[in-house]
Amino acid sequence: MEAATSSPPLPQPPAVHASRFRQIRATDWLFAIAVIAGAGFAWSRYGHSMDGYDIAIFLFHVPLLIALGWAWRPFRPFAAVVAALALAGFWLYQGDLTRADQVFFLKYLLSSQTAISWMSALFFTATGAYWLGFIARASFAERTGNAMTWCAAVMGTAGLFVRWYESYLVGPDIGHIPISNLYEVFVFFSLITALLYLFYERRYNTRKLGIFVMPVISAAVIFLLWYSFTRNAYQIQPLVPALQSYWMKIHVPANFIGYGGFSIAAMVGVAYLLVSRGILAARLPKAEVLEDVMYRAIAIGFAFFTIATILGALWAAEAWGSYWSWDPKETWALIVWINYAVWLHMRLTRNLRGNMLAWWAVVGLFVTTFAFVGVNMFLSGLHSYGSL
Amino acid sequence: MRQSAKRASFLDDLIELLSSMRFAISLLTLLAIASIIGTVIEQNLPPNAYLNQFGQFWEQVFSRLSLYTVYNAGWFVAILAFLVLSTTLCVIRQFTPMLRDIRSFREQAREASLRGFSHRASLAPALPPEEQCAAASAYLKRAGFRFRVNEREGGTLIAAKQGGLGRVGYFLAHGAIVLICLGGLLDGNLPLSMQISLSGKKPVSGNMSIGDIPPSGRLAAGNWSFRGNIYIPEGQAANNAILNVDDGVLLQPLPFRVELKRFNIEYYETGMPKRYASDVVVTDNETGEAFERTLEVNKPFEHRGITLYQAGYDDGGSVLRFTAHGMTSAAHPPFPISGEVGAQIPLGKTGHSIEITGFRPFNVEDVSPPPGSGTNSQPETAMLGSGARAANGKNLRNLGPLYTYRLRDPAGQAREYNNYMQPVQISGHWYQISGVRSTPAGEISWLRIPLDEDNSVNTWFAIHQSFFDPARQAELVKRFTSSTADKDEKASLKTIADHLLGLFAQGGMAPINKFIETSVPKDKHEEAGEAFIQVLQRLIWDAWMMARESAGKAAMEPDETNAPFVRDAFFALTASQRYGAPLYLKLDSFEQRQATILQATRSPGKPLVYLGSLLLTLGVFAMLYIRERRLFVLLKQGEALVAMSSGRKSVGLEEIFARHREGLAAVLGAPHTT
Repeated sequence: MEAATSSPPLPQPPAVHASRFRQIRATDWLFAIAVIAGAGFAWSRYGHSMDGYDIAIFLFHVPLLIALGWAWRPFRPFAAVVAALALAGFWLYQGDLTRADQVFFLKYLLSSQTAISWMSALFFTATGAYWLGFIARASFAERTGNAMTWCAAVMGTAGLFVRWYESYLVGPDIGHIPISNLYEVFVFFSLITALLYLFYERRYNTRKLGIFVMPVISAAVIFLLWYSFTRNAYQIQPLVPALQSYWMKIHVPANFIGYGGFSIAAMVGVAYLLVSRGILAARLPKAEVLEDVMYRAIAIGFAFFTIATILGALWAAEAWGSYWSWDPKETWALIVWINYAVWLHMRLTRNLRGNMLAWWAVVGLFVTTFAFVGVNMFLSGLHSYGSL
Repeated sequence: MRQSAKRASFLDDLIELLSSMRFAISLLTLLAIASIIGTVIEQNLPPNAYLNQFGQFWEQVFSRLSLYTVYNAGWFVAILAFLVLSTTLCVIRQFTPMLRDIRSFREQAREASLRGFSHRASLAPALPPEEQCAAASAYLKRAGFRFRVNEREGGTLIAAKQGGLGRVGYFLAHGAIVLICLGGLLDGNLPLSMQISLSGKKPVSGNMSIGDIPPSGRLAAGNWSFRGNIYIPEGQAANNAILNVDDGVLLQPLPFRVELKRFNIEYYETGMPKRYASDVVVTDNETGEAFERTLEVNKPFEHRGITLYQAGYDDGGSVLRFTAHGMTSAAHPPFPISGEVGAQIPLGKTGHSIEITGFRPFNVEDVSPPPGSGTNSQPETAMLGSGARAANGKNLRNLGPLYTYRLRDPAGQAREYNNYMQPVQISGHWYQISGVRSTPAGEISWLRIPLDEDNSVNTWFAIHQSFFDPARQAELVKRFTSSTADKDEKASLKTIADHLLGLFAQGGMAPINKFIETSVPKDKHEEAGEAFIQVLQRLIWDAWMMARESAGKAAMEPDETNAPFVRDAFFALTASQRYGAPLYLKLDSFEQRQATILQATRSPGKPLVYLGSLLLTLGVFAMLYIRERRLFVLLKQGEALVAMSSGRKSVGLEEIFARHREGLAAVLGAPHTT
């Protein structure tokens, strides 16, 4: 018997597909129970101070976390370590902000600024490790890069949670989710992009793309550091009335899954262009694999960006009285959306595939970056939170 | 016959073009570029702003191309219309074939074509032939396929498929685009411009009270699409919304009346606004029913299909009471003035008038030195610790009430003044601060009036008068020359003082410097300048002592402690030459009255847009994440042919096929294939 296939053998991803729910193992249940127990604990402590929207978002997160853990096994230790570190941070604070400078573990590990600094350092190290691994053909260095990226994501996520807690210590009326200004969303962007990349790295079983994706994250971190040194941007600021809305909790994260996906796609596009010209072709994944990664990154980015833009419209309708007012940020969100809608259409059109598609994804990064930071820098409008 | 065939084929070609993917790609790209223009050129500014920015020629060109209102421009709406047309045609054209495809199981597929699939395998089942079909069907069902069995000559074909919803996603997503565009059209500018052109409405411009607006300036009460603002001072009510159209306004009657009880602003410690809230009573015109509500940002209120939003706030006519200090050469004792914000107060015979433009009781400012002078954070504070540190290098302080007014001279030229009610401390000394600028966007230059020991500006104004009022000036010069008994010296001192004061009154230090340049040898410039400043400071000192005398206070000895006042008085006198106002208004007391600005909106397209958004989300996810797959199992004598096809080629497909191949091999009792 022979399996008649014409396509070349591809790196085999682990079997995770339609039948996944039939392979639930004991550890899966354990994870689910841990999530539910954690949620129950949170509910017993803070349930009384949640309003209807908080409860809805809270309940939505339980199945979401379980599904993530089931679909992506490394997410479980990640979630566990982040939870442990964040809780340790809360506990060490004991409700007193000044302890950030007195308690050793807070000052040098867990207070939000420190944790985010660790994240920055680890992202740089990871970038270096991936490049070293690529240049020296050392898979050990690549594995180190992978581990460093995970550690960076852990520190960054824990740091954001601690920052969230700190904001309530500043004042109960000031406390808010740390995705409200440019500094906080840059941390968030680095995290989401790193996690998405780690997902694809495992899914496609290749560590070669780190040399392309990690520089984008490093660039974001460099911007972050510049921004916090020169503009004191790291200070927790209270929310202006327009931002005091439960929509923020879902609009902003959805947006950054979009931005993260698009950045990864652009960098994979660079790899594709190199491979299609025969540069490093032997060392990088095959062009059709790269095309597939690019497609999946754009697909997830586009789907979430669509949601984010719609949520933004719903929010705008409530805050500004109109779901669409052609404000520069809104308009640029539309431009980004159109850009990737075009990409998805081009993919289905003969003659426009291949290099053209890769170029379009690369250019898309510039469009996305402009929508992300450029609008705040150069244009004014309603959406000018965290201006430069 | 031929003619019509030709026409038909032309129409076909046209439809073909309009509904083609390439056309859609081009349209989307065009839309993106057009949108960029609208963000680069700031929209809806007053015409003068564009004239300054682009110059006369390009201002005209851009205006013709409607680049100042891109998103309402005919050509922009035309692009959108083409997009809707193209998408609609595409959906219509795809509808029948896709529907057929969704319904069909392709159970008639021929063996030869199955053998041509790139994903296929031939198994040798050990299971008895009569059990094979049931076993394979059971597997397919478990694996989430729907299938149809086709008994045919020479075997049985089980045609299975899954993921048909992906195709439905296509209709959802593309139909959603059409819905959203249509909904947006209903809520856009089009309904209003149609009412203006069809029912002869005419925006009114200029100052006009609401009662005087003619019927042509009023929109119908039943108007089903509008967006307007309502301005209500505290304690007052409004039942009309104002729509800004071009340079004028249109009045939109509302089916209810909104009364503002109170407007609340709360601030954080940093001076950032925390909450804007209007306590209003909405009374229905027909039923008389009244609702007491608090409108806040992010918390709108809807009544009779009209949504009210907290959009802004303003002063609602606060009453301000001032003392006016004269700053002209003609002596004038301080006198009281009062008025409401928004009022215009003529100033006696001078032809000047004051327009009180604004009042803000709470102003938190960063009073630290400007950035670049060491305010950057230390690396350690940015890298370690909590994100909650006090602002580094920032010195936030509430400077108290700020009042602004415009002073219009007889020629109609206006200057804008920004004054703080409370004195401000700068480097240990207290000042009364007033800012002036001659254009609305210009830079403010500040006059810092030093306060005397009673915390009053009176001393400085007395010095000011001694400097510029001819009668007092003579007295000042007399006192200045009294330091010497020598007659000649007295005369020369008088000459110098008169000359200097004369020059100073022409514009501060500038005329004095010019005089030095023209009449003193170059190498003596510095020396002369210092000497003149010393004379001026001496004059200030004498004027100060004169002021103290007339206020009944003891004279003082010139020493270190009172040098700063002389210096500040000198700077303030210099700055007062650029102040450009005949008087300075000092706020003594106020009664604040605020006003809220609400937005009233009726948007009939909103349900369509929201429905479209929901469909779009579902459609996008279905299209991207539901893969249509067809699996065919042809059971023949001694062979089971398995073949799979998928809508789109993707990398994981081979692996999925392998899994189904193995699964089927297992249930059919066939040996493993790999």
